[in-house]
Amino acid sequence: MEKLTPAKDRLLKSKNNWMDGELRGKVLVLLCAVIMISATISITIFLGTKGLQSFIKNGVSLLEFLTSTHWNPTNQAKPEYGALPFIFGSFAVTFLAALIAAPLGIGGAIFMTEIAPSWGRKILQPIIELLVGIPSVVYGFIGLTVLVPFIREHVGGLGFSLLSGMIVLSIMILPTIATIATDAISSLPNSLREGSYALGATRWQTIRKVLIPAALPSLLTAIVLGMARAFGEALAVQMVIGNVRNLPSSILDASATLTTIITLNMGHTTYGSVENNTLWSMGLILLVMSFAFILLIRYLSSRRKM
Amino acid sequence: MKSKTADRLATGVFIAIAIIIISILVGLFSYILVNGLKHISWEFLTTPSSNIRAGGGIRDQLFNSFYILLITMIIAVPLGIGGGIYMAEYAKPGKVTDIIRSCIEVLASLPSIVIGMFGLLMFVNITGWGYTILGGALALTVFNLPVIVRVSEDSIRSVPRDLKEASLALGITHWHTIKTVLLPSAFPSILTGIILAAGRVFGEAAALLFTAGLSTPRLDYGNWNPFSAQSPLNIFRPAETLAVHIWSVNTQGLIPDVEEVSNGSAAVLVISVLLFNLLARWIGRLIHKKITATK
Amino acid sequence: MVSALMDKQTGKQAGESESKRNKESILEVNNLEIFYGEKRAVNGISMDIGKNSITALIGPSGCGKSTFLRSINRMNDLIPGARAEGEIIYEDLNILSEQINVVALRKEIGMVFQKPNPFPKSIYENITHALKFAGMKKKSKLDEIVEESLKKAALWEEVKDRLHKSALSLSGGQQQRLCIARTIAMKPTVMLLDEPSSALDPISNAKVEELIIDLKKDYSIIIVTHNMQQASRISDKTAFFLSGDLIEYEATEKIFTNPSVKKTEEYISGRFG
Ligand SMILES: Nc1ncnc2c1ncn2[C@@H]1O[C@H](COP(=O)(O)OP(=O)(O)OP(=O)(O)O)[C@@H](O)[C@H]1O
Ligand SMILES: [Mg+2]
Repeated sequence: MEKLTPAKDRLLKSKNNWMDGELRGKVLVLLCAVIMISATISITIFLGTKGLQSFIKNGVSLLEFLTSTHWNPTNQAKPEYGALPFIFGSFAVTFLAALIAAPLGIGGAIFMTEIAPSWGRKILQPIIELLVGIPSVVYGFIGLTVLVPFIREHVGGLGFSLLSGMIVLSIMILPTIATIATDAISSLPNSLREGSYALGATRWQTIRKVLIPAALPSLLTAIVLGMARAFGEALAVQMVIGNVRNLPSSILDASATLTTIITLNMGHTTYGSVENNTLWSMGLILLVMSFAFILLIRYLSSRRKM
Repeated sequence: MKSKTADRLATGVFIAIAIIIISILVGLFSYILVNGLKHISWEFLTTPSSNIRAGGGIRDQLFNSFYILLITMIIAVPLGIGGGIYMAEYAKPGKVTDIIRSCIEVLASLPSIVIGMFGLLMFVNITGWGYTILGGALALTVFNLPVIVRVSEDSIRSVPRDLKEASLALGITHWHTIKTVLLPSAFPSILTGIILAAGRVFGEAAALLFTAGLSTPRLDYGNWNPFSAQSPLNIFRPAETLAVHIWSVNTQGLIPDVEEVSNGSAAVLVISVLLFNLLARWIGRLIHKKITATK
Repeated sequence: MVSALMDKQTGKQAGESESKRNKESILEVNNLEIFYGEKRAVNGISMDIGKNSITALIGPSGCGKSTFLRSINRMNDLIPGARAEGEIIYEDLNILSEQINVVALRKEIGMVFQKPNPFPKSIYENITHALKFAGMKKKSKLDEIVEESLKKAALWEEVKDRLHKSALSLSGGQQQRLCIARTIAMKPTVMLLDEPSSALDPISNAKVEELIIDLKKDYSIIIVTHNMQQASRISDKTAFFLSGDLIEYEATEKIFTNPSVKKTEEYISGRFG
């Protein structure tokens, strides 16, 4: 603007006029990014060291922890730290929930994209968004007051069971699966559909032979994300699963998962005691599993790009 | 002929699935609202809860829920938007950016109970604060941050490049361009995302069990001094939120009217989350209208 | 962005160059090469741009006109992988040097884009946005500049009653004139116009052309255009580009009546491109 000063002074970078606010802004946002990295790293390190203490400091056998079915930490004479029932419970309830939620979620997605793309989507989309919005304690509470008595009276057992846990979880992960599956199927190129219809295939044949195979990696990603959510869910499951320390022998048996045992006992045990430390070890398993789910999702998405 | 039948059958199955999903939602909502609304009264919302007697309300829990949400957002929104700006405007493709992206992904996929445990370790034990609102808010920040970073990054990236170039070509610095051109344009979608995230935070309980605790001290709503132990504004006091309250009365409560209290609380919780959703939608639509009308 | 040439000039502050500066020219381009990654988009061009004159850049699509234009105010810095070698001398400084404060440079070398890109703010704020950033806070002074630059951009009469309405409510042609007004308000030395009237109807186009001719008094203008009549109507000199090479650079009259290169003639007469 002012051309009175020589070009050198106007146009060359100088220490004080160059980017006064500029540098500050950059440092500010960089700081935010650094905070995120340090949060992630410190979570990993703190939970990692804390979770290993029961094995390193308290001498609990890792093998026993992972493979024994006897959980009896309060036995003074001979405490036992077998977490297998809970590990099993976590995996069982996760897979069972996925078993229900995957067909429903993907079916819903196909309904929205292929069967009734116009009005179906308009109705189902907001419904799915609303399902996401219901807090997990509310799912747990309804499970406790409606589902558990229903199962007790009409199916059998106590009602507090793997079955209740799996039903509650499947409803909770349904929206995750449905949303991602919908995106995946609707982003398939239309030429796929047209090609198939042109060959005289019916809608079902097109869905089964063309669309589902084409979208398969994304659909698997959807299911894995749903399972990750189920694996980590705590309160809703804890309220309906019964929380016993035995390995269940049928889906009508009460059971427990890693998250439910942590939820239940973290407050009751003394910080630093062996029993408390084993809860942190269970937390570490959750952390490791969530890394495993990320790796699995990465693997699936690398397949999708090919 | 056979494939025709199969096709009809399949269509029927898909319609059945859609009906199942719709009925799950309708069932859940009508259960929550029908059972809950009859317990919601002005009195229920404004009396303190009781540990043993029937007839307790949810005054403190309701206040705590909103207050923790507020504190969480005060911490998480600037951090999240800052992170989003960094990712959208400064991060160069490469190793460092990949690492940050992985960190966001890890944070986003951590189970909330694990975040609660981290909060217990960091903000309760190591700092020696005990159960506090601040500890709860920090745990919720961890839980919430990746969402806000993502919406901010996406919203900033979707601002037309033209606008950024226009500003830079006028001799405005990058940072000032971000502040005065990119952020205002991205603001509506960031806001929508933040409100949706707020709904999630509002209903979260697992991350708060071990950080903000299961109890609330006797509060004096006339006391506005944030450093006083009785003040509702004190961020170094334990605070049971509404979501945590539902869990605790059901799993370890002694009150005889567990169902009534939980039904009422669940309805309040769900209605609040619903309002957050509607607000976000409404803002989204308003903005959309504004943008398309002036085209 | 430090040029290879620069490094040879030892013992002198980088960014400075001791060329025998032609007093008539405002920019002196020496051996300019521009790359996008490995791909070369401009192949070592040299030309002098006249002061207070209009220089038109013509050539088929993709020949590097915008690339060249955007390197003059360093807008290419925004494109990852873009890189320039050679020199563009402005006021004895090499614009491409790393020592250049691009923010200050862009205040003096303004740019108007092909597609109108007003800020989603009011008409008034579109003009004051950059002025305020440059430190001008006084309302009366701002009002004055807004009026002056809108008048220069031949937009004042049309918008003077709705200065505080959204700029997005203007027509495309009006928006483009607003973008020109906003650049004028910064009182640059050089104005770079990248097909400023390609999105406009004939009437708006005529207005913009008038405006550009009028602006010549105060500014040095470089304009990219695909419209041969426009180039011949308004420019003093014309440069013809073809696949990154500067084929011919002459007085406009000469180029359009008697080009010395066959390719130029073919292009102008519409036989290719
Ligand atoms: N961002 C970019 N990245 C990579 N290559 C680019 C980029 N921008 C332009 N190019 C390439 O550089 C060459 C010159 O492009 P440029 O935009 O300068 O052409 P132009 O003469 O302005 O064309 P038009 O008349 O269509 O505007 C083209 O081959 C183009 O593909
Ligand atoms: Mg161009």
